[in-house]
Amino acid sequence: MGERMLTPDVLVIGGGATGAGLLRDLARRGLRCLLVDRSDFGTGTSGRYHGLLHSGGRYVSKDPSAARECIVENQVLRRIAAGCIEDTGGIFVATPDDPDDYVDAFPGACAAAGIDCDEIPVTETLRREPALSPAIRRAFRVPDAALEPWQLIEANLADARAHGADAWPYQRVVAIQRDGRRISGVTVRDERSGASTRVVPRMIASAAGAWAGQVAALAGVELMMSPGKGTMIVYNQRMTDTVVNRCHPPGDGDIMVPVHTVAILGTTEELVEDPDDDETSSDEVQALINEGEALFPALRRMRVLRAYTGVRPLYRDPAVQGPEASDDGRAISRSHIILDHEARDGVEGLISIVGGKLTTYRLMAEQAANAVCAKLGMSEPCTTAGEPLPGMGDSRAHWLGHRLAEHEDRGGGDADLICECEMVTRAMLERFLDRRGPCSIDDIRRGTRLGMGPCQGGFCTFRAAAIMAERAPDGHTDRAAPGGSASDPEGALSTFLNERSKGTRAVAWGRQLQELWMVTGIYVGVMGLEGSSSEHGGEATEDHGAVS
Amino acid sequence: MSITELIEAAAHEPVTSTADGCLKCNVCNTVCPVSRVTDLFPGPKYVGPQAQRFRLAPGSPPQAGSVMPVLSPDHTVDLCSGCGFCTNACPAGVRIAEMNSRARAQMRADRRPHLRDWLLGQPDLLGRVGVPLAPLANAALRNRAARWVGETLVGVHRHAPLPTFSRRSFRTRWSRSRGRRLRAPGSADPERSVVYFHGCAANYYEPEVAEAAISVLERNGLEVIVPQQVCCGLPLISNGLYAQARARARHNLTTLATFARAGFRIVGTSTSCTHTLKAEYREMLDLDDEDARAVSGATWDICELLLDLHERDRLDTRFGRSDRHLPYHPPCQLRSHGIGLPALDLLALVPGLDAVDLDLDCCGVAGTYGLKREKYDIAMAVGQPLFRKLRESGADEAACDSETCRWHIAKATGIRVRHPVQILAAAYVAYAAAEAEAAGAPSDG
Repeated sequence: MGERMLTPDVLVIGGGATGAGLLRDLARRGLRCLLVDRSDFGTGTSGRYHGLLHSGGRYVSKDPSAARECIVENQVLRRIAAGCIEDTGGIFVATPDDPDDYVDAFPGACAAAGIDCDEIPVTETLRREPALSPAIRRAFRVPDAALEPWQLIEANLADARAHGADAWPYQRVVAIQRDGRRISGVTVRDERSGASTRVVPRMIASAAGAWAGQVAALAGVELMMSPGKGTMIVYNQRMTDTVVNRCHPPGDGDIMVPVHTVAILGTTEELVEDPDDDETSSDEVQALINEGEALFPALRRMRVLRAYTGVRPLYRDPAVQGPEASDDGRAISRSHIILDHEARDGVEGLISIVGGKLTTYRLMAEQAANAVCAKLGMSEPCTTAGEPLPGMGDSRAHWLGHRLAEHEDRGGGDADLICECEMVTRAMLERFLDRRGPCSIDDIRRGTRLGMGPCQGGFCTFRAAAIMAERAPDGHTDRAAPGGSASDPEGALSTFLNERSKGTRAVAWGRQLQELWMVTGIYVGVMGLEGSSSEHGGEATEDHGAVS
Repeated sequence: MSITELIEAAAHEPVTSTADGCLKCNVCNTVCPVSRVTDLFPGPKYVGPQAQRFRLAPGSPPQAGSVMPVLSPDHTVDLCSGCGFCTNACPAGVRIAEMNSRARAQMRADRRPHLRDWLLGQPDLLGRVGVPLAPLANAALRNRAARWVGETLVGVHRHAPLPTFSRRSFRTRWSRSRGRRLRAPGSADPERSVVYFHGCAANYYEPEVAEAAISVLERNGLEVIVPQQVCCGLPLISNGLYAQARARARHNLTTLATFARAGFRIVGTSTSCTHTLKAEYREMLDLDDEDARAVSGATWDICELLLDLHERDRLDTRFGRSDRHLPYHPPCQLRSHGIGLPALDLLALVPGLDAVDLDLDCCGVAGTYGLKREKYDIAMAVGQPLFRKLRESGADEAACDSETCRWHIAKATGIRVRHPVQILAAAYVAYAAAEAEAAGAPSDG
């Protein structure tokens, strides 16, 4: 197969929330765009965040401008992406250890940033959330919510496609060619087939986040990211139906977010050299639980499903903070910056968008799109804040029980359930496969939540692999994703199980350890499956899944 | 481990948190008598620990703009009969049946109670109305047209095994024969007396069970105190009406705790009532205070108490001979007590009596479950193997400790079913008669 060549107006690199949002924005402004990601969409930072739609309350004291951006975008997303949001509300609670001056100043700081904040009586708070520590002193209600990243990314890509754009997963940028100051082309390699595509865009927008330094390097541009590694713990049941934050200067283990059926405790903060350094250590897990106990005293007795680590796309502007700034990641602003590499480095045709957070992805995309349009001499306005995303259903927020309620309305029962824990029916799985085509079980997971419950794939993986095998045309392997192909169900199965088990290593105690042995018993003892992912070909996509 | 020990061990773990223990192993599904007979019920794993993860906590704030965020969105959990086999079988300690009961209460909390469930939940109310009108009420219960109306308007199945009202309640009979005097804890010896919790069935429908129990207890030198009491509240719990159940529980606890703390044993003839006093006040109704703990620890099922007397050589074992086969069905609630099958050990003391465990799990009725229009067929299907085995035994009588099971089995098979304590009381009478005959025989001959 010869090398394909494409000439879009804009090539977006990175299929996280920002890249998907940027693709949508540019497409709506009439540009022909292509997005590529080295893996599946939403497998980097976006897929490994804690699932929180910030009200901005967390940033009011240290980073008021980030707080203001959060609340504005929070309101925008409630309008355009209602179906991805569970309107849990949020509370900031003060424990006896939290500094009085911070707590006293909190409501005023929220008001200054435009964030609705009401103090609610402690007794009322404890009645609503009985798992909270009875020692809390004060509580403030803010408009936090839970936000599902993969559905959000899918919806952005769907809208972009509807406006003529294209988005390719598993396409890695391997080279960026320059003709003097000007970028002349990009080589993209298909991670599944190995085929190359040459893309000659008018502009490149790098939305590679924590990996933006690596992309810039391909173009000969030096861009020093400060990836901030953060670990989170997934609890089997929601011990709270409200987002709970600790009312103190941001630290470790001070946010609990109810996301679908689970609750996620976050986070740690550690600057790392390599954005692919996403190992979760049991020390981090213990540190998180130690801190988290100030909010939820029974935390140690609750079942943990897994732990995962995401990498924040932090960028320290050398001009602003100096290269010798402290190594405290929390000191680096959560705000985003658009880097114009023509002005900054003398390289034409490339911008990078760095920093930021998922809550403000749309604003980041808007500003990046503005920069691209300015370069291309266009003045089309941004329309992404006004137009709801497609597939948001009746535009009402989802809620914890919706999947169970819908399943029961269709008759209920477990006969049709492929993933029992997360209630993924055969019909849901088939619909996803119809839409996506050949893919890995991990892709199915991000699209449907299959395998994200207590058994972590123990009872659904073999069922899903069988359905994929049923659907696979004979000998059809070329479009299969790394991490398992449709015609190799055993490989798909063991790759997925290995990926799932990776996330449980740092939390393998108590009930989850029993579950691991149970699942091992099923696959090794009963089915006679042997070996590991290395034998079964293909690296796992290695995304732990924010909401896993 | 007995239920009181189990509760002590799990004292710090709320029922819903035990869902964390589920390893998805399916053992619960293999023992569920309901999912075995109907596809309408997806089984204990599905409605229990699995669905639990999709339920909002009872205190959850309403979420703006959501689609009717009810606390418990599933309706199939209502088909759980509450027999408790799943809880007993779970190797990971998940309290599945209890979780289902709570989910049902959450469902009910979202809407007005069904008239039928409200009525069935209050056998004491029915009894107070029905007993004075017994001839009329019983005629109505036997009248096909009235039962059709009851099924259509109220939702109680026309063939459901409803008991007949006694013409006089046990309490009326008791106060007439023994006087209205109520014993205070200080005026009796806790070693030589027991407090009797008769419950609704023995009071309004089967005073003969209460009287049999009292005769057996008195035969063994125990004075019987019958304190003021109301329905234990279990039917309300089973119908998801926790608030009303809690009111009754508080009433009973106030009276009973005084006796319990003074060292009295509380004995009941209904395994369901005694299980409620032992476990459900604390575990289901969250009344885990000092009173509830005292009552829980002092409560005995009648057969449990009699067997304890026997084990301490304090039971009068002079039973009259009865040469026959007696099939016995241990009710599900009894199994939840974790006390074995004391009735079988006691019945074995009766000379000639061959009491045998029918060894089948559930009769199907599960309290008020099998009375309901939409569940009657399920209850009959669940009980079928039991009914068949009982009919094939050729016996004309069977024994069972729980009233609703007795009524259901008797209605389905036409075979008389009595409480084991009635068999024991009769055996004491038979012994006395035989003695009298033996004493009288020489003079006659």
